[in-house]
Amino acid sequence: MKKSTLFDIISPVMVGPSSSHTAGAVRLGLLARNIYKNKPEKVIFKLYNSYAHTGKGHGTEKGLLAGVLGLRVDDRRIKDIFNSDIAKEIEYEFEYCDNFKYHPNAVDMTFIGKNNMFISGESVGAGEIAVRKINDFTVKLTGKYNTVLIVYKDMPGMISQVSSVLQYHNINIASLFCDRNAKGKEASMVISVDGNISPDIVDIIEEIPEVYFVSYIEKLEH
Amino acid sequence: MEMNINTFEQLHNECISRNKAIYEIAQENMASSADISVDEVRAFTNRSLFAMKEAIQTGMASRELSMSGMCGQDCHRVQRRFETVPAIFGKTFEKIIEYALATSEENIRMGKIVACPTAGSCGILPATLTAVSEDFNYSEREQINALITAGEIGRIISVKVALAGAVAGCQAECGTASAMSAAAICQLRGGNVSQILNASALALKNLLGLTCDPVAGLVEVPCVKRNPFLAIHSITAVELALSGVESKIPIDEVIDAMEQTGALMSPTLKESSQAGLATTKTALEVQKRVFG
Repeated sequence: MKKSTLFDIISPVMVGPSSSHTAGAVRLGLLARNIYKNKPEKVIFKLYNSYAHTGKGHGTEKGLLAGVLGLRVDDRRIKDIFNSDIAKEIEYEFEYCDNFKYHPNAVDMTFIGKNNMFISGESVGAGEIAVRKINDFTVKLTGKYNTVLIVYKDMPGMISQVSSVLQYHNINIASLFCDRNAKGKEASMVISVDGNISPDIVDIIEEIPEVYFVSYIEKLEH
Repeated sequence: MEMNINTFEQLHNECISRNKAIYEIAQENMASSADISVDEVRAFTNRSLFAMKEAIQTGMASRELSMSGMCGQDCHRVQRRFETVPAIFGKTFEKIIEYALATSEENIRMGKIVACPTAGSCGILPATLTAVSEDFNYSEREQINALITAGEIGRIISVKVALAGAVAGCQAECGTASAMSAAAICQLRGGNVSQILNASALALKNLLGLTCDPVAGLVEVPCVKRNPFLAIHSITAVELALSGVESKIPIDEVIDAMEQTGALMSPTLKESSQAGLATTKTALEVQKRVFG
């Protein structure tokens, strides 16, 4: 278990009633928004288990949509989000499902728009969240750190090339998570850092040969 | 330099050896770990404090029901009575009950609150901190000291026990909130480090085994009314501790007992609404009415 800080205990300031089912849902939506970056035309939310069963009474659906629309956990507009003007800007749909292989508070979000993206996450308690999957890749994003997501060809030396760019710019890696579809095929690297990474450093990483795609995902505000 | 403090014994020793209060150690460590100044830690804390008071004010003025219709008007009922009939224990007692209900009811109607440590337990600490500060004239600076003290208590509990009903029952949520509230008020009233830790231990010891069995899975019954109860509970712990009453079991061992109790508690009683109050005849009727 990741250790809580003093700030975690005396915050967040949030719209109720549940840190996991309301604030956690907003933060999952917000982090997915940071990952997808563009404005989606449509988002399909698939709620699992406890999220599916008790979400309605906890404003979970409202929270997820509000997050995707960029509202923070303490925004009073969350309560009436379905009737708000900003909710009319995109289409959305909710599905409900039981699957005990999933976390009790899990949600799959399918973003449809300029490009389509599948993002799966869970609300792990006290408003803390984790995004576990982006498209086919297993990742681990908590929204607590600025993070760079890199998709590249699975081959020797890629981690060291990326980390030496970060080292050169004096950026400290807080955590590193790698996954691949199959040996020698596409692989993913999720690097969380202390501080932030400027766009020109992201560009430098993107220019490394056999790097297909780089996305910089900003952390969520506390 | 950030000190890695994971137990209350470490915290106590650190306070004694450096002759500092709990909040001083806590704010230094938070500043160091987040790479910010102590002033920024205090500004963050002040924002939470402000939001707590805002939630109390909003909640005191509202009579809106929750979506299920089960809760939302008890604060109003209590206020109306206290207007003509004073409570047995006086004004501060009245305020604590009112403020705890106001905040918890604000939470269930999707109003803005501070999860402290969780949303379900959000009424406990703000009620005691605000009521006692108003009636005994504690400054904003002293209230920030108290809130940081409480936060450090919650943080160290959370090192061993996840503050989630689904993991360890309500002892971990409202129990921790009550221990935090005891620490905050003990700090306000001039308690020393030992007295503050004793106040927290005393509050927590009497809540071990508290289950999380919410009706229809909602943060309403018994959660809303549990908040004023445990706010008052924490004041008892403060008065005992300030009188020199000690917890025979040191607080670190109380946390060990809490962890063990949480692990032994049936999953049906840990936020799954499969037993206890949640499966009573009336609760099942409510569930059917709300969710179909």
